Amino acid sequence: MSGADPGEVPVRVLALWSPDWPVTAAARAEGVPSHRPAAVVVANRVLACSATARAHGVRRGLRRREAQARCPDLAVLGRDPERDARLFEPVVVAVEELAPGVEVVRPGLVALPARGPAGFFGGELGAAERLVDQVAARTGVECQVGVADGLFAAVLAARRGVAVEAGATPAFLAPMDVDELDREPEIDRSELVGLLRRLGLRSLGAFGSLDAADVASRFGADAVLAHRLARGLDPRPPVRRCPPEELAVELELDPPVDRVDAAAFAARGLAERLHQVLAGHGLSCTRLGVAATTEQGEELLRIWRCAEPLTPSGTVDRVRWQLDAWLTRGGSGAVVRMRLTPEETVTAGALQLGLWGEVGVADERAGRALVRAQALLGPGGVLTAVLTGGRDPAERVRLVAWGDARGTLDGVSDERAGAMPGEPAPEESRPSDDAGPRAGRAGGGSGPGRAREPGPGAAQPPSPPAGPMRRNARRGTRRTKPVRTARPALLSPPPAWPGRLPAPSPASVLPEPQPAVLLDAAGGPVGLRASDLLATAPERLDTPGGPSGTVVGWAGPWPVQQRWWVPGAVGTARLQVVLDDGVAVLLTAARGRWWLSAVYD
Amino acid sequence: MAEVTRADAASRLEVARGLLRRVERPARLDPARVAPSPGDDGRVLPVTAGLARALPAGGLRRGSTVAVGAAPGATSLLFALLAEASASGAWAGVVGRPDLGALAAAEAGIRLDRLALVPDPGRDLVAVVAALVDGLDLVAVAGHERAGVRTADRQRLAARARQRGTVLIALGSWPGADLELTCTRPVWEGLVGGGAGRLRARRAGVRVRGRGIAPGGRETRVLLPGPVGAPESATVDAIPVQERVAAV
Repeated sequence: MSGADPGEVPVRVLALWSPDWPVTAAARAEGVPSHRPAAVVVANRVLACSATARAHGVRRGLRRREAQARCPDLAVLGRDPERDARLFEPVVVAVEELAPGVEVVRPGLVALPARGPAGFFGGELGAAERLVDQVAARTGVECQVGVADGLFAAVLAARRGVAVEAGATPAFLAPMDVDELDREPEIDRSELVGLLRRLGLRSLGAFGSLDAADVASRFGADAVLAHRLARGLDPRPPVRRCPPEELAVELELDPPVDRVDAAAFAARGLAERLHQVLAGHGLSCTRLGVAATTEQGEELLRIWRCAEPLTPSGTVDRVRWQLDAWLTRGGSGAVVRMRLTPEETVTAGALQLGLWGEVGVADERAGRALVRAQALLGPGGVLTAVLTGGRDPAERVRLVAWGDARGTLDGVSDERAGAMPGEPAPEESRPSDDAGPRAGRAGGGSGPGRAREPGPGAAQPPSPPAGPMRRNARRGTRRTKPVRTARPALLSPPPAWPGRLPAPSPASVLPEPQPAVLLDAAGGPVGLRASDLLATAPERLDTPGGPSGTVVGWAGPWPVQQRWWVPGAVGTARLQVVLDDGVAVLLTAARGRWWLSAVYD
Repeated sequence: MAEVTRADAASRLEVARGLLRRVERPARLDPARVAPSPGDDGRVLPVTAGLARALPAGGLRRGSTVAVGAAPGATSLLFALLAEASASGAWAGVVGRPDLGALAAAEAGIRLDRLALVPDPGRDLVAVVAALVDGLDLVAVAGHERAGVRTADRQRLAARARQRGTVLIALGSWPGADLELTCTRPVWEGLVGGGAGRLRARRAGVRVRGRGIAPGGRETRVLLPGPVGAPESATVDAIPVQERVAAV
């Protein structure tokens, strides 16, 4: 207990936790009966599973196929944070009927100060029992309650369904595994936990017995928070200031808003304003009050607590979830006024303006300009590009509306899941998908200058032998990836796509491929004799409204065999053609003809 | 004892100054890039070394209007103009190009998280460009000829860019532009013949005309794009010296 001020004791917190909430919510929304095993799957990995599924051996992080193999009856459900938040609202309302000051930590978990209900219902255990009964009776949701000093310990107690005596929290935490520090879905502490484990600090007690100053100097700022948690203290020292009233921002909605998307758009501006106000005071918000007034004069208020200081986009998310819940619940009409109150603030540490006043100012100016452009064209009018996995130049770019989460790596996984519903993950696809540029064989012969081009990526498997043998040979060489554990599916960089077109990439990628006509010297169309062999040498390219001219050079064709498991998928081939005016184009053969898909402009 | 302390303090001061210098001037690995030395007041946005040789200010002067002539290689030339500034933290926007190859832009060195795309501004082209000129450092406009932007609007946008210190880049003709860059004589490399090889790099000339340049214009040879997608100055051994910066 070194380094802790005596008397720094966190308040008693009662946490009410509904196990596997994403699954519960998804199963309710989809009408899956509760006795049937169910799991929520994101990017082909199990994110959460129900207790029945767990009994069948389904685990978090498992691949979907494997989960289904272990439990053939498994209902596979999709993730939807907004649905989770919406369906959790009745639970919060049920709790609120009995106890004031309820804070939603995240859908599935609420926290409230234990003192009030404990006094009213005659003891903490009595209050816990009452709350569980109330929630079960009103909403039919099973939940567990834990009481301890501080939120972190209370959540752990709720997972175990125990009430920790006042003052006994450090002793309660001490024997627990350091993995418990990494349970919060929004914060990734896997690196810290792994490091502690390697250092031999396997329990929270062992970690907590380190000196706070040593932890700060060796492991960084986040570890200091984790260290405080491990010692049973509040993550931040209790120097929080109660924000003065003028920090709250308010927005009148005229006309009243009754649609979620319109409300979310308004919320974005409001959240920006809140963060400007907070930044002006050098603060950031850790507890956000979302209040709305409806047409019938009803005042709705909900407090969201978050482990990390809220970012503008995090604020928007929470406001959107909350409004979604209120508006779909219905009964109280459209929202006429919204108000965001920072209930608890800490000194802003992360975002600082540049030393010479440039960095932050320019970013803010750019953000304002882009929001103005969005106001002119709608949110989808201003886009930003995110690179994802793929083989074609068009596939490898995903456009997202400006201001939406760019979703760097997580987004990649999501995108892959979205692009290929019900298909195996790319790494499961056969290595044969390699369609990378190899020396074309069309010209015949393999002179000294015809050395095989280096593959597009270091990870490219050796090109399979040419000829009709290939198909079968490949089937035999399906790679089995080592089973990955924990969360690398979400955190590892996107796999190198064998067979992707190597750099330099075309500077213009047509939104829709245009038909093109490729003629040989005799004036006949150039066809494919095999998927990687042209029948005749091309002489002229004609595209209506596009580049046309005499062909002075060409490379390819390179066969692309991907998504062969989708019915109706066709094998294609790519061909690079240079015209006499210096224009180079990328042609794709599909459905028996050539298509202009990109221009090396 | 006091002597030791003073020496210690002096050396610490020296270390601190060194750190500050490093912060002030981000380390550049390629000494050739520093050569054109764009103005130190931040009024010039840096461009890739090969192009900087041909530009009168050694970079893109803030507030200027640049036209990129419609010719094969125009989009790569646009990327080359944006890349260096974007990599050093400038915000860029491209209006009116639904077919922009963002992958090629990233390979050219443009930071995609600082690149805003307005693929289809429709009839609001002028209003959107005006909004972006207010906040971004570089704004590229395409399709203004097709959208029928009037002369008065063009002048208004140019004036706004000048006032805001934004570089306005027009893809296509823009009468009254401070500089006009055109890609000339593009030659692709990497095709061995008979279907072998692949496109590896494009050797092209960039002709610059406009304010601050002799009436004949200037020309420089660059790789647009180079083998990894980024624009490079054509290497000396591959290009005759007189061809590298040739007054035409």
